[in-house]
Amino acid sequence: MPKPDEMSYYQQEDLLNIDATPPKTGWMDTPVDLRPGSFIYPGKAKNLKILDLPNPRDWAIGDDDWKLPEGWKKTVLEGMADRLSKYRSFKLFMDTCVRCGACADKCHFFIGGGDPKNMPVLRAELLRSIYRKEFTVMGKILGKLAGARELTEDVIKEWFYYFYQCTECRRCSVFCPYGIDTAEITMIARELLGLLGLYINWSIEPVANCFRLGNHLAIPPHGMMDTLEFMVGDIEEATGIRVDLPVNKKGAEVLFVTPSGDFVADPGIYTCMAQMLLFHELGIDYTFSTYASDGGNFGLFTSHEMIKRLNAKVYAEAKRLGVKWILGGECGHMWRVMHQYMDTMNGPADFLEVPKSPITGTVFDHAKSTKMIHIMEFMADLIKHNKLKLDPSRNDHIRVTFHDSCNPARAMGILEEPRYVLNAVCNNFFEMPRNTIREQTFCCGGGAGLGTDENMEMRLRGGLPRGNAVRHVQEKHGVNQLAAMCAIDRATLVTVCDYWAPGVLVTGISELVANAMVFTGENERKQNLRLEDIPGREEDEPREGDANDE
Amino acid sequence: MNVLISLAAVGGLFLLGTLGGAPGMGWIFGVVLPYLAVGIGIGGLIWRVMSWANVPVPFRIPTTCGQQKSLPWIKSNPLENPHNGLTAVGRMALEVLFFRSLLRNTKAEVIDQRRLVYTSAPWLWIGAMAFHWSFLIILVRHLRLLANPVPWCVTFLQRADGFLEIGLPVIYVTTVLFLAGLAYLLARRLASPQLRYISLAGDYFPLFLFLGIGISGFWLRHWTKTDIVSVKQVAVGLSGFSFDSDALAAAGSLFYGHLFLVCVLLAYFPFSKLSHFAGVFLSPTRNMANSNRSVRHVNPWDYPVKVHPYDEYEDEFREKMKGAGVPVEKE
Repeated sequence: MPKPDEMSYYQQEDLLNIDATPPKTGWMDTPVDLRPGSFIYPGKAKNLKILDLPNPRDWAIGDDDWKLPEGWKKTVLEGMADRLSKYRSFKLFMDTCVRCGACADKCHFFIGGGDPKNMPVLRAELLRSIYRKEFTVMGKILGKLAGARELTEDVIKEWFYYFYQCTECRRCSVFCPYGIDTAEITMIARELLGLLGLYINWSIEPVANCFRLGNHLAIPPHGMMDTLEFMVGDIEEATGIRVDLPVNKKGAEVLFVTPSGDFVADPGIYTCMAQMLLFHELGIDYTFSTYASDGGNFGLFTSHEMIKRLNAKVYAEAKRLGVKWILGGECGHMWRVMHQYMDTMNGPADFLEVPKSPITGTVFDHAKSTKMIHIMEFMADLIKHNKLKLDPSRNDHIRVTFHDSCNPARAMGILEEPRYVLNAVCNNFFEMPRNTIREQTFCCGGGAGLGTDENMEMRLRGGLPRGNAVRHVQEKHGVNQLAAMCAIDRATLVTVCDYWAPGVLVTGISELVANAMVFTGENERKQNLRLEDIPGREEDEPREGDANDE
Repeated sequence: MNVLISLAAVGGLFLLGTLGGAPGMGWIFGVVLPYLAVGIGIGGLIWRVMSWANVPVPFRIPTTCGQQKSLPWIKSNPLENPHNGLTAVGRMALEVLFFRSLLRNTKAEVIDQRRLVYTSAPWLWIGAMAFHWSFLIILVRHLRLLANPVPWCVTFLQRADGFLEIGLPVIYVTTVLFLAGLAYLLARRLASPQLRYISLAGDYFPLFLFLGIGISGFWLRHWTKTDIVSVKQVAVGLSGFSFDSDALAAAGSLFYGHLFLVCVLLAYFPFSKLSHFAGVFLSPTRNMANSNRSVRHVNPWDYPVKVHPYDEYEDEFREKMKGAGVPVEKE
């Protein structure tokens, strides 16, 4: 018998039978249903201790008593008051919502689940109701009539459940007439929960790892060398080229920072290998860092302070190694941090230089303060200047679609660069329907620290809009690969595709680039970076098959 | 429950307002309360806006809805993803004047038990535009009562608004759109189970209040044919601080009912969700330029945090690093 943390536990007919009718009882009187498969296990005491976080203890979601600290109510209310005086976003978003409901069916969890508390407006009301009760005159006088309610332990449980059912994807904020951003509300709510020692282990353990070892996956420096050397071997097997492996190299021109998922997880490793190949081919003077071994930052899913604590290593390492600028890999939430937070939190990076491509001479002025550019910006510039020798026919067996990752799309706007690159390296690129891409892209269902198997029901429900769009292009255009420039996507969308659009594989964009690139001194390229035979180029295949390449 | 309470409250307030027509009450309902309401409205609005403006914006967090400005040969979308102050103003103008984000609205539904589809859902945008723009024009039209002589632009607007030339006096287009827009917004809120579920009294009350104001205004113009000369005298008196007891007495109960609801609205809006009209200007996800990587944003309350410095990291792993061939600072 499958368990709630396994995909096969859920029947598609059941999940698609979405009942969005609200319960008979008002939302304030409807207790939270903590059913297995729809929540994530609590943060373990050992992880909280590593990070000096309050109230470390071991507890379980099913416990009646969540062992909240003495005076917890006062702690939460003081925490709210503090944040209301520090974040205009928070204060404004508490006051200006008119409950027009435009956000409701924009959330992948509401679309796929129908739980009214997953409507972004109601998710925010969970917090807003306490704000009204404690911080507004109307709420104090009129109480429930004004949408105000008392802060109780049940409210805390409800917060924990629903603010860890938001992936901070910001899709609702695209549609909100006042720009109310539920990600912002969720971030604050998670901070308030954190004051009581309430975290999910799936994000707080990576945070603890990242603090101590520089990356979420707890890869020690020697382990990182092992895995990278292993990749060097695979690259050689696939292409016949032995690439250099610069690690913690002082005086390199470029520090390459990428999500740690690309060091160990399939299919992320192929993206990492592809990037190593690209740098080697172009002779880029770059270095990995074992200390800044993750651009990803689960602090974003924890608290603003934690973003800063984990991000500090990037500029510190760039300074220590004496590089000129920083290049960032394919990652979603990492780029929200690098683009919107890093410079403010840990800058100014006045010891670095404005990024300049050593190959094309292009100066990336749009990054003149942060001094960090995205690998897709770098690659698009290379391709535009004809600096990559490409044979896209090597990807002809691939019919690819592109998933815009939430943060690069809605917190940055890097929409055309990846498409330009994809079009240059693939002959068969098909877009998903327009309401599911670009700024309207759907979350993978497992972002913001929610991509764990114990949360399988919500991942599959939240993944429905994306999965459905993938299946649409699969049926219409025969799409068999989904490209995504995000390490969380490359982990979670595998599940989403297996469930909603079986047969579609997940890949990084760089992987497709390297598979289409013609390298100096390469072998006959019969295998791709996954060491799979390239159709039409298998062993003993006559070479004439390549005649129509260009 | 929330619906009935709100409806009853607006009805009760209207009846209370009609007391202004009683002998001697004109001074309270026609002079004291309007000034009080304007005072509360303006004072409240200033307080409300300051309560937001006084809070810092620690991070630059625009929601980007189009292509960023990066490489020169890639066309950026400055109105959906502004890169400087000017383009951010452009984005705000679209947002404030034309409700750009609301226009994006879609409806998601599962069809054939397996296909999720998204269809355009413009009615909320249409209803909102009809209501808000009509409201603005109606406000401007009312200046003809407050100002003497009437500014030419007001007269022009009034003529344009009555271009259909139906009825006597003519029915203004904006009156119809205002009431139709409100009726739609109310019907929508009542018809959708999800919207009903999230709606508070504070969502119904303003709708009924605006409807009360609109219907009583329509009534005053088209049915009761109120004593417009007295009403104008009262209004001009308010704007010129000179009051006429006879005009105050002659203005009529229905006029006072209408005026009182307007006073309630003035005093209510800074403390309610209606303050969204000021709030939208301050929204950091909309009014900030996505110049994050080119111009550093400073957090005024930034503070040092505990980090894990490199030397501690190396101390912990030095031997392992050396063993694996990773360069170290201290041999």
